[in-house]
Amino acid sequence: MSTGERERDESGSGRTGTFGDYGGQYVPEALMPALQELEDAYERFVLENEDGFMDEFRERMHDFGGRPTPLQRADRLSERYDREIYLKREDLVHGGAHKLNNALGQVLLAKYMGKERIIAETGAGQHGTATAMAAAHLDMPCEIYMGRTDVNRQRPNVYRMRMNGAEVNPVDAGSATLKEAINETMRDWATTVERTHYVIGSVVGPHPFPKMVRDFQSVIGEEIREQVREMAGRLPDSVVACAGGGSNTMGTFHAFVPDCADPRFADDSSGRRPRDDSVNLYAVEAGGSSLEVDEEAGLAPNSATLSTGTDGVLHGAMTKLLQSGDGQIVESHSVSAGLDYAGVGPELSHLVETGRVTPVSVDDDDALNGFHRLSRLEGIIPALESSHALGYLERAAGTAADAASGDGPRDERHDELGELVVVNVSGRGDKDLETVLEETEKRDLEAAPDVEVFDR
Amino acid sequence: MTDDAVDYDSDVEAAIRESRPALITYITAGDPTLEDTKAYVEALDRGGSDLIELGLPFSEPIAEGPTIQAAINRALEAGTTPRGFFELVDELETDAPLLVMTYYNLILQYGSEPDVRPFVERAAEAGLSGIIVPDLPAEEADPLREACDDYGLDLVFIIAPTTEGERLETIMSQVSGFAYVQARLGTTGARANVSTATHDSLARLSGYDVPKAVGFGVSKGDHAAEIVEAGADGVIVGSALVDIIASSDDPADAVAELEATATELKRGARRGATDDTEDDTNAEDAPEPEQP
Repeated sequence: MSTGERERDESGSGRTGTFGDYGGQYVPEALMPALQELEDAYERFVLENEDGFMDEFRERMHDFGGRPTPLQRADRLSERYDREIYLKREDLVHGGAHKLNNALGQVLLAKYMGKERIIAETGAGQHGTATAMAAAHLDMPCEIYMGRTDVNRQRPNVYRMRMNGAEVNPVDAGSATLKEAINETMRDWATTVERTHYVIGSVVGPHPFPKMVRDFQSVIGEEIREQVREMAGRLPDSVVACAGGGSNTMGTFHAFVPDCADPRFADDSSGRRPRDDSVNLYAVEAGGSSLEVDEEAGLAPNSATLSTGTDGVLHGAMTKLLQSGDGQIVESHSVSAGLDYAGVGPELSHLVETGRVTPVSVDDDDALNGFHRLSRLEGIIPALESSHALGYLERAAGTAADAASGDGPRDERHDELGELVVVNVSGRGDKDLETVLEETEKRDLEAAPDVEVFDR
Repeated sequence: MTDDAVDYDSDVEAAIRESRPALITYITAGDPTLEDTKAYVEALDRGGSDLIELGLPFSEPIAEGPTIQAAINRALEAGTTPRGFFELVDELETDAPLLVMTYYNLILQYGSEPDVRPFVERAAEAGLSGIIVPDLPAEEADPLREACDDYGLDLVFIIAPTTEGERLETIMSQVSGFAYVQARLGTTGARANVSTATHDSLARLSGYDVPKAVGFGVSKGDHAAEIVEAGADGVIVGSALVDIIASSDDPADAVAELEATATELKRGARRGATDDTEDDTNAEDAPEPEQP
């Protein structure tokens, strides 16, 4: 763990687990002792490797989880964008997404803590399936809460959870997506806290979850550093990852945060930073159908919290939120169930606020084009979440052909992206095929194949 | 109001101490409309409530069970806003002091930028006596507590069945108004019986000279009697009252039933007090804590 980060946490306010103004522990009193217990366990087992916890975690991630995942040079994307494009293949982690890194870590930790039962929320279902797999692997009973809307649009993942022995509890409140699933899981936890561990699926929630989840996910960025040095002989100019709650984002970025000319982000203890160089970090959010918020309807037709949100408290932490002027949380929207959330991790809010991470967004159409383009050009079917990151590549880099003909890219960050870009493919898209077919049929997408041949 | 933290007479504490055993009632403001809420609060006041908690609805009520969650949804659908809520409180004239129960984000967002003070100032101006925030543990409460001190409002803390040892000490040293004792783990909602956790919690708190009121699951006069007998200074009833509002077709019926139910609950609480011969024997009488 970097010591620099611990020092930055000292805000002098007496509050624990903060990142600048963000973070904290805003939960019902009944949960506070459990958070304290978890914080103790996190410090002992994760940070100090007591009883060889981290050794066992790494070994299981290797044997059961399939790590390390490859960093692959994407030849045709590199050609298209006239620069070196590398893909971090988290879609090849067991279960098909980066989510296992965290789920296995937390279920194993729960076991070390002597907890008897696992609960979790899930949006797209990837966290739910990862938790169900980890629970089956480690022989723990498991219940998953999932919004009814998401149950309907992510059926393959619901089947997978059930096959791994987990109970799936649909939640009907509100828009019946991730936010409501989290509310319901917190209610369960407040009732059963003494014997149950709540495996939060992203870098959100009360301290210590944002840090702990980030630490379990930071293997992504650590592997990228090593792999890109080996393959390209240097660090990338830019790292791009999609951001909903922000777990793959923080996992990918964490190892690169110190690689910044701004001394506030330097981690002097590691001595690894090329001081005159910066790795630009882009968090790609779901722009949905529009970045405007319809306050009257209580609806944001996007999930672009980092770009458009305001500071407030949701699900245990001070962070950026999609909310009305009164402080009611508004319903978010994204074509991707996994990004469809009105909040975001507090550390990511902090890194955006201080300028270390640049929030950008692409809309549903760009994401769907990103999905089809990667599928056709590289033979990789990405998750709709990851498709946002790939959609941003097109927007920011523009194609080499466009550049030659004088049609520039559509984003002002064309040059900042640099010559060497790593994109995190956070998960695979099998779970999204129904949604993609349905949404593609409604639109005229340049990168899409003729979907009418699929007799639906 | 001054900027200095001031000693103030707590209306909330006085209401409980003077009426011991106290009846504290809760309904959600704006369920189904703010106009109805006014009549309902007045009915609860006539029925003998010693304190009345008004819920200011928040879209993500993580500490509530299905009954109050549904009430909050009805209130939000009816367009209830913090501003409308305060206008209602401006109009209310009750014998019982009023408290607002709401979630932290609504308090933070009341002004032009995230800050707790504009909310507290407006609450004081409207005549509210205290604030209860289910998602604000003592660790995060400094800014709100300072603002409440400045404006003479009580900030009520919840004591959960899991609150023990050092945390209990810390929270009890900061209690103002009363200690809100959560009868059982979980969310709000009427239950069939009084939990053994209630007895354990009251036993843990018996050494502290602050008023203790028990909520979460209380719905009947008999519960109230049992809780007071176990050493509580007051009982808090919410979901059972919200149920009355939800199941009444005519607001006039709801008014009558709320008043009658409050009367029955108050009577139950009194029964508990007379059944109890000695005031300070609770610690010895309480059952042993359950082994985990």
